[in-house]
Parts: sequence; structure tokens; C-alpha cells
Amino acid sequence: MAVEKRDRGGRPKSPRKPASVADGAREAAAIHLRDVATTDLPAIVDLDRRLTGEAKPAYWKAGVAPQADRFFLVAETMGGVFAGFAIGEIRAWEFGSPPVGWVFAIQVDPDRRQAGVGTALLEGLCARFRAAGVGLVRTMVNRRDHLILAFFRAQGMTAGPSLELEMELQP
Amino acid sequence: MKLQMATRLGLYAALELARDPTRQLSATDLSERFAVSTNHLAKVLRELGRAGLVEAERGAGGGYRFCGNPRRTTLMDIVALFEESPGDRAAEPGDGTDVGRALGRVLAEVDEIAEATLRSVTLETLLKHAHRNRAR
Repeated sequence: MAVEKRDRGGRPKSPRKPASVADGAREAAAIHLRDVATTDLPAIVDLDRRLTGEAKPAYWKAGVAPQADRFFLVAETMGGVFAGFAIGEIRAWEFGSPPVGWVFAIQVDPDRRQAGVGTALLEGLCARFRAAGVGLVRTMVNRRDHLILAFFRAQGMTAGPSLELEMELQP
Repeated sequence: MKLQMATRLGLYAALELARDPTRQLSATDLSERFAVSTNHLAKVLRELGRAGLVEAERGAGGGYRFCGNPRRTTLMDIVALFEESPGDRAAEPGDGTDVGRALGRVLAEVDEIAEATLRSVTLETLLKHAHRNRAR
């Protein structure tokens, strides 16, 4: 996906080279990061279906479309085998927060876990956020999903200042 | 969040030993490090041993060493050895009233958030952060 990068004033920036292992994913020396392409759609839909039990092709088709301040990265082995993906977006002034990099999704092929793929993807997103002038990264995780919680904790993330609240709407 | 002394000692001992699983430390070494009685710490180490997290080597130069997996062992795994699980709490006066039930839901929310936090931090993660803080 050719995401148009913009500077803090909203002006398009010159394209940067794709994220790579050099972004900081030392542990994942055999993993290569690149921007998503529409040809990745079947692999993304399939991985998401395997992890969540539900296929959402329309959602992901819209998701891979280029959007300003959004980064959709794909991780693949040096042999070009799809290993996972991550989506991040810079959002400003939502809930009163200055610009912050949100990690919306990070999914790794279960057969390729414990190989640094998730770490490489998160570091790739952080590199993009940093290059766009953002100094804080944030995500939201189901508190019963201990696996993904432990992953983000291991990367150095801690509880932020906000609590998510919700309620069921009565008909 | 207030943890019982045994829980804190269990966490300290497991973390100290997990820093270097090849190293053995005696109950005396550990009790001096945390300024607590050796007897108290010995009981805690026995509990960690029953859980398969530490093992004791007897004889001269013997001591305790960490034998669990620091990447898989979470703070909650250790806390659960010493603290009562929220589900095991005996009923208390007022629990059955409307106010008691509403209060129970709030306290259950607090417990669930605390448990999620403790389950999300492995010994390896905590030691990594401790090392970073020491390096600063």
C-alpha cells in the first residue's frame, strides 16, 4: 500500500524507503517489513480468520486502501512468505490527547510465533510514528487476552492514563 | 494494591533467583538481601519449590536456584501461590443486599484489572525493566 505520508502540517512528504529490519528488529533478523499491497489481501483475510474465527473480507479490503497517517505493514520471511501484519495510525486530539501513534492491529502467523515477528512489526510501526514526529505509542487490549497483553508489556508498554468504559444499550 | 508479606517475599525471591538461573543463593543470602527473617523466607522458598519454580541443592555451597521459565512465569503465578483468589472469599455481611451486590461488581472489576496486569508481566519482562532502570 502506498501510504501518503504527511508532515505535521498535513503536507505530503517525500516517500521514505520501506521499513526494514534496520528499523530496530534485531531479534527478527530473518524478517523483512514492507508496506501492504492489495495482493496481500487473501493472506491477511486468511490469517485474521484463523486467529479470530471469522472471515471479514470486506473489512480488510477497505483496510488495505491507502489512508493518510495510517501505516499498514506486512512482515515476510526473506523468502517472501507472509508472516503477519500490523496497522498503526496517528490520531490527534481524540479524548483530548496530543498526536499519538495507535496500534490498531498486530497479527502473527501462529506457526511463526516466538521468532520476533511481532517485535519487528511493532518496532516498524514505532519507527514510522517517530519519523512522523510522534513520541508516544498507544494501543487497547482485551484484559482477558493475556498473550497479547504480555507481548505489549514485554515491549515496554505500561498502562496509560485512560480507562475504557462501556455499557450495554437497552432496546 | 496491598500484598501480604509472604507474597512480596515470594516475588522478590523468584525475581532475584531468576536474574541468573545458574546461580544458587541460600535462604540466608536472600533474607539478608531483603532484611527479613530466614525462617520466614524459608517458608516462602518451600512454597516456590512446591510450585516447581525453585529447587534446593543440599550440601556445602548449596542453595536455591530458579528452575522455572522466566518468559512464561508471570507475577500472577507467584501472587496466586500466596494470596486468596477473589472467587475463594467467604461471604461477608451485606453481600446479599442490593448495595452489597453493586459494590461486589465494582470490587470484582478492580480484581479483574489487577489480575490482568499481574498476568501480563512475566518475570523476564520485569527483570528487563529493572535492569533498564538500574542502567539509567
